[in-house]
Amino acid sequence: MRSLLLAGTALLTLASGAAQAQVSNDVVRIGVLNDRSGIYADLAGEGSAIAARMAAEEFGGKVAGAPIEIVVADHQNKADIAASKAREWVDTGNVDVIADVPNSAAALAVQGITKEKKRIFLMSGPGATALTGAQCSPYGFHWTYDNYAMAAGTGRALFEQGKKSWYFVTADYAFGQSLEEETTKMVNKLGGKVVGTVRHPLGSSDFSSFLLQAQASKADVIGFANAGGDATNAVKQAAEFGITQSGQSLAGLLLFITDVHALGLSAAQGLMFTEGFYWNLDDQTRDWSKKFEAKAGKKPTMVQAGVYSAVKHYLKAVEAAKTDDSDKVAAKMRELPVEDMFAKKGKVAANGRMFHDMYLVRVKKPGESKGPWDYYDVVKTIPAETAFLDPALSGCPLVK
Amino acid sequence: MTAASQTTNQAAPKTATVALRGPDAGTARTALLFAVGLAVAGAAPFALYPVFVMKVLCFALFACAFNLLIGFAGLLSFGHAAFFGGAAYVTAHSVKVWGLPPEAGLLLGVLAGAFLGLIFGVIAIRRQGIYFAMITLALSQMVFFMALQMKFTGGEDGIQGVPRGVLFGIFDLTQPLTMYYAVLAIFVVGFALIWRTVHSPFGQVLKAIRENEPRAISLGYRTDRYKLVAFVLSASLAGLAGGTKALVFQLASLTDVQWQMSGEVVLMTLLGGMGTLFGPVVGAGLVVTLESYLAATSLPVPVVIGAIFVVCVLLFRRGIVGEILARLPGAR
Repeated sequence: MRSLLLAGTALLTLASGAAQAQVSNDVVRIGVLNDRSGIYADLAGEGSAIAARMAAEEFGGKVAGAPIEIVVADHQNKADIAASKAREWVDTGNVDVIADVPNSAAALAVQGITKEKKRIFLMSGPGATALTGAQCSPYGFHWTYDNYAMAAGTGRALFEQGKKSWYFVTADYAFGQSLEEETTKMVNKLGGKVVGTVRHPLGSSDFSSFLLQAQASKADVIGFANAGGDATNAVKQAAEFGITQSGQSLAGLLLFITDVHALGLSAAQGLMFTEGFYWNLDDQTRDWSKKFEAKAGKKPTMVQAGVYSAVKHYLKAVEAAKTDDSDKVAAKMRELPVEDMFAKKGKVAANGRMFHDMYLVRVKKPGESKGPWDYYDVVKTIPAETAFLDPALSGCPLVK
Repeated sequence: MTAASQTTNQAAPKTATVALRGPDAGTARTALLFAVGLAVAGAAPFALYPVFVMKVLCFALFACAFNLLIGFAGLLSFGHAAFFGGAAYVTAHSVKVWGLPPEAGLLLGVLAGAFLGLIFGVIAIRRQGIYFAMITLALSQMVFFMALQMKFTGGEDGIQGVPRGVLFGIFDLTQPLTMYYAVLAIFVVGFALIWRTVHSPFGQVLKAIRENEPRAISLGYRTDRYKLVAFVLSASLAGLAGGTKALVFQLASLTDVQWQMSGEVVLMTLLGGMGTLFGPVVGAGLVVTLESYLAATSLPVPVVIGAIFVVCVLLFRRGIVGEILARLPGAR
């Protein structure tokens, strides 16, 4: 029924004449595909859709003479739902762009489809480095962060703060191991050292023995190479052991502001990690985040801010290319600098990686926080050039 | 989990009367329903989005395989995701990395399902009821963690970009319609096999075991062997469904081996009607439709499906098809 309706509208739009022949179907349709009901619903979810709508509104709802439309769907963290929704959108829904897609399996599936069907893919939610490595696509743009930036970025930034020895508490599966490996490479390269590692199974609830080993190692930094529930559990229990008070630093290798919000400042205080965005960086980010908060009821995460920035850059490229033809728009996106409240002088590399400044943050003590969402001290700005993996080393066939 | 096993215990005797109907009138009706269903499925890709219907068919076959075990042998397995997802990985890997044609990939997937089923079965059928379910759950969690750790599965990235290939060297599966009819053919073969099994002497023995195992033993049946064969058969068909799904979506991911998938198939079977041939198909269609069409709304999908499940358990325990059959005149 729905597809019939869609086909009907498509026919109608075709019949109504091709006044703006350069924009397919006379509409630029952006599909925000993410988790709207599960574990990523807070950090992406409806907030990402709101961010995309805000970008469209800044263009007055029209680009190159055609209206902009935002559609949303919930992939429920299942790669097959993401794949079938993406295919359906492209085949029958005239969707020109797919945005966000947290969960790396879902994102890799959508990357394959958008590559085959030649549609632009703006990734903000996923972290897998393969998206701009072996699995890169001429139409795929990885915007906000990636696992390399989170791991290596944190390793380098902490080294520069004089913290040179590391102990890892790693989730024992490919994702945790790759976070650990990237950080280790960076720490070793700079002349620091890793004094030990302990692996825990995915979905652990008791970290006490791992934390005691980490504490006994006397390493400067205890790095949590895990994510989601594992990371928050580890941080919470580390707070109970008073690890930060005894002089060791805790580093998260993949955390979001929503994790800090859930943990509360008393548990998360002193924790250091890398962020792609913080609402309280400057006037521009505060201004935008205030507008976002009015609609969403909370401050934006880096993923949501990244969706805004990516959609806005896409629309700029459509305006400049005067068409929504994917090849031409992708070329324009690589050519134009990214300039908005999220990224200052950002640049899209050949492999689709968007280079922008990242930030090493430390979570404030409860007494230092002046209000809701006032969570971070920005310890250091990690310049774009060193924040991400050199495209030449990414293994992406598009980089010559 | 406990809710599911409780309903199993309570619903089983009620559906028994339906399933034990004589072969005459029941068979005619089944044949008619099957013909109508086939005609609808044959025309479906012209009205609905083919990938969506293929997904329904994969899950319908999976649920039918599960139903063979719970509906006709009375065994509640909580580890069917291992067969489904394990086969998906094997098919995806053999087609993508070894470059095998799709039919060989599917065959390997079925064998993987059968092999896992044999191991699970040998261990689990020694126990009954909740212990049986727990053992299958534990074993399937082992498969999940193996899938998470092993290199060839790609961890949480999964195996992506699986080529569909050319079936038997003739049918080019990259064409959506060819793929659709291939999936439909696979489903029909699987469904026919289940229908044949249920209506064979073997199937009658399974029903006898479900109704009263000590009595079946006293009649001289080696019930453990019958249960094991049923388990392996069910696991192989689940493997066929998983392998087909890997080809349809061109990916195999952790979603397919996670315990939630085992729960989902229980849900599909119970909603549609446990112990009825068409129940699991209806249940799978309902759940998959809800999952994909609620995705574009602001309703949280798991909450809606959960609420429907609660309503089903409270109001129509036989499931949709079970309830219809029970109310049809002459069904009893």
